Amino acid sequence: MIGSLDAKIPHGPLDQKWRSHRDHSRLVSPNNRRKFEIIVVGSGLAGGSAAATLGELGYRVRCFCFQDSPRRAHSIAAQGGINAAKNYQNDGDSLYRLFHDTIKGGDFRSREANVYRLAEVSNQIIDQCVEQGVPFAREYGGLLANRSFGGAQVSRTFYARGQTGQQLLLGCYQALCRQIAAGTVQMFPHTEMLDLVIVDGNAKGIITRSLRSGKIHKHTGDAVVLATGGYGNVFYLSTNARGCNVTATYRAYKKGALFANPSFTQIHPTCIPQSGEHQSKLTLMSESLRNDGRVWVPKRKEDRSKPPGQISETERDYYLERKYPSYGNLAPRDISSRAAKEVCDEGRGVGPGGRGVYLDFADAIKRLGENVIRERYGNLFEVYEKITGEDAYKVPMRIYPAVHYTMGGLWVDYNLMSNVPGLFVIGEANFSDHGANRLGASALMQGLADGYFILPYTLPNYLAGQMNKRPSADSPEFQKAESEVRARIKKMLDIDGKRSLDSIHRELGLLLWDKCGMSRHAKGLREALQKLSELREAFWREVRVPGNDEDFNQSLERAGRVADFLEFADLMCTDALARNESCGAHFREEHQTPEGEALRDDEKHAAVFAWEFQGDGQLASPKLHREPLHFETVHLTQRSYK
Amino acid sequence: MNFLLRVWRQPNAKARGKLVDYEARDISPNTSFLEMLDILNDNLLGRGEEPIAFDSDCREGICGTCSLTINGEAHGPDHPAAVCELYMRKFRDRATITIEPFRVRSFPIVKDLVIDRRALDRIVQAGGFISARAGSAPEANSIPVPKHDADLAMEAAACIGCGACAAACPNGSAMLFTAAKVSHLSLLPQGNPERVTRVLKMVQVMDAEGFGNCTNTYECEAVCPAEISASFIAKLNREYARASLRRSAGE
Repeated sequence: MIGSLDAKIPHGPLDQKWRSHRDHSRLVSPNNRRKFEIIVVGSGLAGGSAAATLGELGYRVRCFCFQDSPRRAHSIAAQGGINAAKNYQNDGDSLYRLFHDTIKGGDFRSREANVYRLAEVSNQIIDQCVEQGVPFAREYGGLLANRSFGGAQVSRTFYARGQTGQQLLLGCYQALCRQIAAGTVQMFPHTEMLDLVIVDGNAKGIITRSLRSGKIHKHTGDAVVLATGGYGNVFYLSTNARGCNVTATYRAYKKGALFANPSFTQIHPTCIPQSGEHQSKLTLMSESLRNDGRVWVPKRKEDRSKPPGQISETERDYYLERKYPSYGNLAPRDISSRAAKEVCDEGRGVGPGGRGVYLDFADAIKRLGENVIRERYGNLFEVYEKITGEDAYKVPMRIYPAVHYTMGGLWVDYNLMSNVPGLFVIGEANFSDHGANRLGASALMQGLADGYFILPYTLPNYLAGQMNKRPSADSPEFQKAESEVRARIKKMLDIDGKRSLDSIHRELGLLLWDKCGMSRHAKGLREALQKLSELREAFWREVRVPGNDEDFNQSLERAGRVADFLEFADLMCTDALARNESCGAHFREEHQTPEGEALRDDEKHAAVFAWEFQGDGQLASPKLHREPLHFETVHLTQRSYK
Repeated sequence: MNFLLRVWRQPNAKARGKLVDYEARDISPNTSFLEMLDILNDNLLGRGEEPIAFDSDCREGICGTCSLTINGEAHGPDHPAAVCELYMRKFRDRATITIEPFRVRSFPIVKDLVIDRRALDRIVQAGGFISARAGSAPEANSIPVPKHDADLAMEAAACIGCGACAAACPNGSAMLFTAAKVSHLSLLPQGNPERVTRVLKMVQVMDAEGFGNCTNTYECEAVCPAEISASFIAKLNREYARASLRRSAGE
């Protein structure tokens, strides 16, 4: 049904593709825009900025979020910053360098044209946010400040204390509020998308459930934009918010949208280690801490239980500085995470269970004084103290990697449109810009780039051919999708077992962390696939979902999400098994260099793996479509941060 | 650790609610307050009872979703912190803990401990923004902003929109919430063109939503997880007076 994948990358030199594409895209005239209804699912940086901007342009927008307010989308928790190629620091940065760092950081598994465009619009994002009143950090002269981040040798990151995501999100939330007041955007909080509706091959609507009243609604539109974030919670424990889920994108996948690189999940190196079995989430400590903190473990495993103050300098192994002297503690996330796992696997990990490494600020405090460190990271130190009860000004922090971000997502072309015409996917929900590993401070950049500056140009190109094609909500496709959604809810409420959702979800998470986490191998992945099918059966036999569907029912919400995670996990492992190479965050133990670094196979695997749903059940394994990646500008090298 | 919990149960907005007693046993002091409720819910589920509905999302104190009053204090005893940042080590073993939703007339109860805070969104919709169309912004460094002003704006902008200020206030006032947004935007040169209309409209909607007035009790500041200073309320009053004078002078 799907032929070869066409990414629709414009012809011409790399630095002119986006401009010439904009010049030749079709437009919708101002008086016709109000005739189009756009559905935006999600209200984070991508969805919020897209909904607000499309509203400003005069489209009629309906925006949905499962939280009780659009201001609570999980973008709000991003701490560190947002990249842009302004070169305000005069330290040699340029658009090309931001592009090159990002594509290299992603271990050459993303599209040149997309990444170049991202770097191109990065500066406009900073302009836009400053104008909205985002209180970025400033120098004494009143100009904007920057800091450095992992995977770069320049300072290009703009930040608002340790709350950059919050401030950027509030910027686009406020722009969204302005449009809600103007009547161009209608907001549906506490509402979850449960299916995508396709009419005559085009995405024309969604089925939603109000979490408050339980009511099922059919929403028709001229295009559907998914901005529903990542699926890190498939691991149960992650730095994601409790509500983050794969449901919207997974349901779209089951309706024919391709899912690309689902196994590319980012394990972030600086998180607070797990402390007990009932823990519900892991907390990130911003990567910016690695600017001043030094990562180490004892050289000898006998010292791992000693208080850190009693371990002398010569007995410490500053392993990142030792292995990657030119980047040191600012080595990219995938590399730092694996290095931490390695030293803990050797038995040199610290803290309870031996799954932790020190992040030590003693040198920085000696050099700069406690006040400077407090000003830079004060709120992060407070968070650390609340969770662990320890004062990181006095004793080193303990950190360990945790699931943080998912590079995989629905496949989109250069226009951010999936293979299903009219279905656009933006932000973390798509797969497009980060390849096999995302660099720090790039997620915020991508979410806002998609919503403010890319989708508003590419969406009209589709809409121009869709005048008066919006179907009625009574059409058979909508009726069918609605009755399927209702049947599935009933099926879950009818299971009537004894087991709690969390216990199944936790088991799923442990399995994936073990077999499809920081390192994977073929045998383990095959075992995981086997166990997953048992776990799915257990879910549909043993789980208990109390209450009914005509009410605020949090167990029912979670049940739907866990059921989707259980199926989606299969796709992750299938993808990880098919990709017979190591690249970025995807580390297959069979493929490594003698030094233990990721060994790519560019000949066979310089491609996007996009999966097509083939039906439920064991026999219907998903079909793989490969989109070859062509590198015309950058030279593929083994990534080195030494 | 063991606790006796008295939890507000209310099936829906219209039904009458009541406090129901539960026991939480063998809780590790390193368990967070919300994880303790997760454990309790697991036990309720095992006994065939309906779990307690409560809202939370990021569980790291930034999204502002959690909204519990614990022993009469919004967000519990460990200020400054949202409930999700509260750990059981802050309580005495065998303590009795009363858990209710934020009690504000303008935040109707949805179920048990879950409330509807759309009134806060409507205050922002009234004018809590800078009208800056995407694509029209000037170069970011073309307008320098004194560091002191930018830092102060950031302090106000740190509000997480949880509504604890209104829950702690004897008058159910949302002045701290409104003041934080008005102050954040009026401290920046970009916010200046809409400075007069913004404060007038936001205060008008704040009143219309049924929030009370400020009588300088400062309970709001005491419970605010983002440590928003009550001095911003004084700034709100100045901004409001200035805007009213300008408006009445026909500007």
